[in-house]
Amino acid sequence: MPNATYIMLIVLLPLLSFLIMGLFGRTYLKNTAGIISTCLSFISTCLAFYTAYGYFFEYGKINGVYQKLIPFNYLWLAFSEGLSINMGILLDPITAMMLVVVTLISLMVHIYSLGYLKGEERFPTYYAFLGLFTFSMLGLVVASNIFQIYIFWELVGVSSFLLIGYYYEKPSAVAACKKAFIVTRFADLGFLIGILVLSFYAGTLDFNTLIQRLTSPESNELKSALAASFLGISALTWGMILVFVGGAGKSAMFPLHIWLPDAMEGPTPVSALIHAATMVVAGVFLVARLFPIFAISAPDALEIVAYVGAISALFAAIIACTQTDIKRVLAFSTMSQIGFMMFALGVSKYGGEEGLGYTASMFHLFTHALFKALLFLGAGAVIHFVHSNNMKDMGGLRKQLPITHFTFLIACLAISGVPPFAGFFSKEEILLAAFQHNQTIYWMALITSGLTAFYMFRLYFSIFWNKSYHPNHQDEHGHHGEGGFVMMMPLVLLSVGACLAGFIPFGKFVSSDGTALVSEFHLQFSIAPVALGLTGIFTALFLYKTENDKPDKMASSLRALYQIAYHKFYIDEIYLFITQKILFNCIGKPAAWFDKNVVDGLVNATGNTTQVLSEKIKKIQSGKVQEYAVYFLVGVFGLAMVFIYMWK
Amino acid sequence: MNEFFTLMKPELLIMAILFLLLFIKISKGLANDKLLQFIQVLLLINFVAGFFLNAEGKLFDSMYQTNAMIVLQKNILNLGMFFISLLFTDWFRKCEHLSEFFMLMLSALLGMFYMMSSGNLLMFYLSLELATIPVAAMSNFNLDKKVSSEAAIKMILSSAFSSGILLFGISLLYGATGTLSFTEMPALLTSSPLQILAFVCLFTAFAFKMSVVPFHFWTADVYEGSPVVVTSFLSVISKGAIAFVFVSTLFKVFQPLHDIWYNMIMVLSVMTMLIGNLFALRQQNIKRFLAFSSIAQVGFILVGMSSNSTQGTASIIYFICIYIFSNLAAFGVADLISFFTGKENVDDYKGLYQTNPLLSWVLALSLFSLAGIPPTAGFFGKLFLLSAGATTGNYIFIGIAAVNMIISLYYYLRIIRAVFMDKNETPVEKISINPYTKIGLYICSAGIVLIGLLSWVYDYIESVVN
Repeated sequence: MPNATYIMLIVLLPLLSFLIMGLFGRTYLKNTAGIISTCLSFISTCLAFYTAYGYFFEYGKINGVYQKLIPFNYLWLAFSEGLSINMGILLDPITAMMLVVVTLISLMVHIYSLGYLKGEERFPTYYAFLGLFTFSMLGLVVASNIFQIYIFWELVGVSSFLLIGYYYEKPSAVAACKKAFIVTRFADLGFLIGILVLSFYAGTLDFNTLIQRLTSPESNELKSALAASFLGISALTWGMILVFVGGAGKSAMFPLHIWLPDAMEGPTPVSALIHAATMVVAGVFLVARLFPIFAISAPDALEIVAYVGAISALFAAIIACTQTDIKRVLAFSTMSQIGFMMFALGVSKYGGEEGLGYTASMFHLFTHALFKALLFLGAGAVIHFVHSNNMKDMGGLRKQLPITHFTFLIACLAISGVPPFAGFFSKEEILLAAFQHNQTIYWMALITSGLTAFYMFRLYFSIFWNKSYHPNHQDEHGHHGEGGFVMMMPLVLLSVGACLAGFIPFGKFVSSDGTALVSEFHLQFSIAPVALGLTGIFTALFLYKTENDKPDKMASSLRALYQIAYHKFYIDEIYLFITQKILFNCIGKPAAWFDKNVVDGLVNATGNTTQVLSEKIKKIQSGKVQEYAVYFLVGVFGLAMVFIYMWK
Repeated sequence: MNEFFTLMKPELLIMAILFLLLFIKISKGLANDKLLQFIQVLLLINFVAGFFLNAEGKLFDSMYQTNAMIVLQKNILNLGMFFISLLFTDWFRKCEHLSEFFMLMLSALLGMFYMMSSGNLLMFYLSLELATIPVAAMSNFNLDKKVSSEAAIKMILSSAFSSGILLFGISLLYGATGTLSFTEMPALLTSSPLQILAFVCLFTAFAFKMSVVPFHFWTADVYEGSPVVVTSFLSVISKGAIAFVFVSTLFKVFQPLHDIWYNMIMVLSVMTMLIGNLFALRQQNIKRFLAFSSIAQVGFILVGMSSNSTQGTASIIYFICIYIFSNLAAFGVADLISFFTGKENVDDYKGLYQTNPLLSWVLALSLFSLAGIPPTAGFFGKLFLLSAGATTGNYIFIGIAAVNMIISLYYYLRIIRAVFMDKNETPVEKISINPYTKIGLYICSAGIVLIGLLSWVYDYIESVVN
């Protein structure tokens, strides 16, 4: 059996780091904050690897099926006989995988930040927030209970809010953290209602029981959840859709993605941790956690997941081709890749060969975490060097930043799906799953993967080739090279991961029903995607390798399309229009009027009445004991009269 | 003989402390500092000892009875006493007649213990007097202040009046049933008018002690005039003890009259919550404010009482346990500030956070808990009270209680706003808190946070009650 103490420690060590840094960091640990946090993070990572090893190779598999183990469960609040909130640990393949991913990326970011944020005034605070985030994310992935996941879900939101707003002197950062918080809160409302719907019908909050009750065809809970319907859709499907809305908010799926690009205002390592590898995949994780219910009992909801994922993937890829801020390109690329994971889940079925999409999605989640964190950290090194986020200020950096250049190239190849890098294997599986189950989505995905290769290499060539680098005046003095060992080590380690992770026989470990899935490799099937990818790369090479006016010409010839994509399809503007023009004028203003005249009027009236009453009472409270005695006696006889003669 | 010692252990311990104090006083006395430390240690030992060697049974021909629930209730009060001895250290050190003060306080506590264990109306009456008269003397302890004497006189007069009514009720009840024993009483109760009149008289004695509207008038003057220690003793320990007795008497002895007392409690509870809130709303003086808000809290206890179930009993014990932590912490902070700076107005609290962050946080935490804001323990306390009350299905009643909870938010938050947000050019200066009070404040704060979150506290109480 797994050792529950170790798993608890994985989760609690980051919390310890948060507490130490939060309580003592600013006064006592100004210089050592980073080291202490990093050490704690390192221990946590080791334990996570140990746990994952133990689970996958020692005790997790019984009769060829990976079990859902609950090594620890604590009854926290009991509402009624059946319904209770537990705090527990659920260990299954995806939890084990996520433990590794979260702790590993978190460790890399801890190390990287030692260099990146060196000399910052609020260094300990930063590490405190990182600790809080890691703790909440780990709490989320081990949750054994849907309410527990919700609690940590919100905690993740809060710590993300804090980290995006880390540079709180910058108005744009403040606006961005508010936006992220509000948009995800809005989605979380859906999640909460979804939880209530599910728990109402299933009578439990526990994942294992929930899944068991809502998937076995003869259970009464499932029958009643399917029988109740609203607008022609069964209550269960509604519940699952609402839960997915929560997941879509966190995972920045269309149309709730608008917060993600703005969230890039946070420090770059934070973007690598939260907005590339961990928090944004929480939505995918949630869908995967509830996957049996989606696949068996609510296929309509799963269909929605598939299309939302596919649309997000394509949509974000188109926008990414036009952005000039390198972090925003990466943000849209993240959104696009998460779209891949989502639709892979969406096209999957439960169990056996049909469950290929599930495995592929989790595989892609894993590889993507590695290469996307690498891309962000590389971008961080570039930004650190150039002091700008804008592609136009860069170019020719391959000489100044050789290690960054090399690792960035590996990551670009990985994300573009060029064999034999990690992204190739996972993306191939996703495309295969889509091809088998839904042709429309397959074609959308194919186009997207071509676009991915194009925009990634557009980014790559614009940063490292194009024109030669001429540093600005003021930068010449403060030249600091690539940022030293602490910043380069994570890059190198992650690039090794991005090269090799693809060779893990993932289907053996993670599959929809726990049995091993042998993924076959179809050579002829891979030809189309790889060819498209290479086309994308060569187009980018042709357009951006050297400084020329071809891109501008192209942009002006496709002016309308380019403008629309550049402005992110005006989604932000549509939201603004809806909120400011329609909501404020049609609902806000009448509500304000109602509030001012009716509610305030009532409140004032209540206040006035209270004042008058209080005055009256004050008079009764005269201070004379004999009067008190009279009231007392009146009270006694009043009660006696009422209860003897009237109210019997 | 052995049984005598185990059953009456809580009372015997208090008596032992009383005599010890008396001997110290007679022999040559101790300096206040030393004496206070000694008392604090004794009270701590007393609290810890309450967990061991407990037994259930009856003594003196069922005059005295005890069981696990009563022992638990006594322990909760012991804990409250210990907190009082910690939190008001500064006041005690300055007190001229410290040992007398504690003797009076412990006598009152002894009276409460006997009251909780009484198995007979006569015993109940005697112990009620023992629990009341020393408190009147304590109210007079600010010897140089006229209001203090006024408070004492008013308390003794009002209590005497209430006792008169109580005795009248007891004699009527004896006339109607022919017994005073709690065990024999229920079988003989038939809601005849005479019995109802007798019951109402008895009921009002409880209502008077708990300051339920309209029997609450004495509260305002006594709370204001007495030293803060006495006010907090009255509003926490005394009220808690009476609530415990009230619940068990109603649920066990007067069960046959349930239909009558249910409606009575409902009416009085609504009145108490409303009038208590109206009172508290206008107070500018923080001590008066805390005292009046405690009247409103009693209304909520009555809501739990209306449930007529073990769940109600458990929720009341739980609530009072939390209430001891929250209210004593608030009184402790208010007393510290008034003791050192003489400032007692809400306006004086503006900007307190700038100079005294610890006090501000403790005050905020305790007020949050009193207002019932999650995740503090007060929220869970009120939640359980209201959900116990809701089991009777009278949702309008529960709705009124919930509305009153919201009204009370306003005045609790008003103080928190003053402390944290309002600017003040001359805030209360930095107060150096002595270590005993600091420990007391820390324990109270920890309690306020933890009692609600640790589910086993409530589970434990519930298991004891069952």
